[in-house]
Amino acid sequence: MPDKHYKQIVILSGKGGTGKTTVATALSEIAEAKVVIDTDVDAANMHLVFDYYINSEYDYYGGKKAEINPNKCSQCGMCELVCRFDAIKEFKVSRTSCEGCGFCFRVCPDDAISFYESKSGVYSACELEDQSKFYYAQLLAGEGNSGKLVSEIKKKAYEQVKENVKWIIIDGPPGIGCPVNASLSGVDFVVIVTEPTQSGLHDLKRLINLLEIFKIPSGVIINKYDINTDMSNSIEKFIRPEGISLLAKISFDKKFIKAIQNSKTIIEYDHAYIDTFKTIWNDIQKVILN
Amino acid sequence: MVISIASGKGGTGKTTVACGLASVTNNCVYIDCDVEEPNGHILLKPKITLEESSYKIIPKINNDLCNFCNKCTEVCEFNALLNFKTEIYLIDELCHSCGACTYFCPQKAITEVKKENGKIRIGETSNNILFYDAYLKVGEASAAPLIKKVKNAYKGDRPVIIDSPPGTSCSMLEAVKDSDFCVLVTESTPFGFNDLKLAINVLRQINIPYGIVINKYDENFSLLDEYIHDNQLNLLLRIPFRMDIAESYSKGELPTETVKDYKVMMLDLLEKIKKEIVKKEYA
Ligand code: SF4
Ligand code: SF4
Ligand code: SF4
Ligand code: SF4
Repeated sequence: MPDKHYKQIVILSGKGGTGKTTVATALSEIAEAKVVIDTDVDAANMHLVFDYYINSEYDYYGGKKAEINPNKCSQCGMCELVCRFDAIKEFKVSRTSCEGCGFCFRVCPDDAISFYESKSGVYSACELEDQSKFYYAQLLAGEGNSGKLVSEIKKKAYEQVKENVKWIIIDGPPGIGCPVNASLSGVDFVVIVTEPTQSGLHDLKRLINLLEIFKIPSGVIINKYDINTDMSNSIEKFIRPEGISLLAKISFDKKFIKAIQNSKTIIEYDHAYIDTFKTIWNDIQKVILN
Repeated sequence: MVISIASGKGGTGKTTVACGLASVTNNCVYIDCDVEEPNGHILLKPKITLEESSYKIIPKINNDLCNFCNKCTEVCEFNALLNFKTEIYLIDELCHSCGACTYFCPQKAITEVKKENGKIRIGETSNNILFYDAYLKVGEASAAPLIKKVKNAYKGDRPVIIDSPPGTSCSMLEAVKDSDFCVLVTESTPFGFNDLKLAINVLRQINIPYGIVINKYDENFSLLDEYIHDNQLNLLLRIPFRMDIAESYSKGELPTETVKDYKVMMLDLLEKIKKEIVKKEYA
């Protein structure tokens, strides 16, 4: 296979609230020749600080749902018996509980169950001010299968990627589950944004375990490192023997919140941060390219 | 009484509120349903008394009985089964344990077996909170089944505090489902605000009464207050951003024990929630 003309970076945090999206939006602004994808489909946030316009919108069908037609149903009870997700009660399917396995539909003797593709989200292809492509998605409330949506939005981005693109920057989902796995596929490097708290360190460890399975190199940014320098040192001590580089330590600064409150990226809000993130971005490039 | 604590956005301080609430609720049970990143144990420091594996059910194909008719691969909606002609192969991470393949196999070549998908831990804290949490096995795709398990692990009638995973997907739904009241923790930013609206949507769909706690409250961000006011939402508590609370958390200490007025805030919150639950019962 020929080398791809771009490298993919995903920004993860394990735990929420560490400043992952702040870092992701700042790096996205600094990087040139890029495509930006927000794969935090449960709670997409990048679009709240970017200026963009939407080129096209796509419906996302995450799976199927069953529905019982009361006119055909003889109330034999088979469907309720076989459904392992407690989704059928009194000959009605609960949309929120249905996993879309189709067991009831196949087992019904009276052909009373329809099984249809159901819309579970939307995603948008957008353009940022510098004409870079930007993608974000929104899962409908309470829907599952966010991993598949992550894969689908990435696929759309790859389809439309132009020759001159060098970087694909992905704001990843929280956690270590299915959507994170989906965000990691094909990725060259992971930037982990953590914070110096007990739970920050705890989740960092679990995330690093996951990355070992995928064999993807990673680097760590400790955000708000000075709210607890002891803990910050513990994090540094922990990652060193794991062969993970410390990319940056960022001081706690209320401006991070202020920037979000004003719907701006941190470097738009305070130009002093341009240099900070340029340095971080250069370091990331160095780590990846050699 | 089952109270769940959720938040659309991660890192809003949900776990601190959940643990704080647990520490002021008499004789309660705390269940950490954030199985991808269980953090409640860091603040509550329980003594773990029992740790057991949790399993999901997956099909096992007996290739001697199988005649490769493809029925199972057809009925599997999740593409978890592949026919390699000499072997039916299961990608177990994709399997949702629905049981359809086993039921429909004409050769009775499929049986169901257990496979570990995580761990459940039970413990007790020094102030008598019964503690549950669970760890999703690294690499396991779906969290909802394990959430359901740990939630149902406690069967008694002590008050239950459920710490939900962040987000608004099926995991959160599974965690908050069947609770009497849900506390949504948000923060004074457009991110928090946006994700709060999404979380409210989920709760409306499943008809669970809820109230809002604004953590790291900042009066300069008025959009959130206006929204709550205009929609007549139930604002339970505002917790200001304070260095002493943040520090306490970063050290893994429960603010109800280290920060003077935090305990009062939690007691007040609990009272308001109780009133809401009573109100609902008489409605
Ligand atoms: S499709 Fe599956 S989960 Fe949905 S109602 Fe039917 S049996 Fe239950
Ligand atoms: S299996 Fe079909 S006929 Fe029987 S109760 Fe269900 S929907 Fe009705
Ligand atoms: S349905 Fe049964 S017999 Fe047919 S391919 Fe599957 S396991 Fe083999
Ligand atoms: S149990 Fe259901 S999901 Fe799992 S392999 Fe069988 S049909 Fe597919």
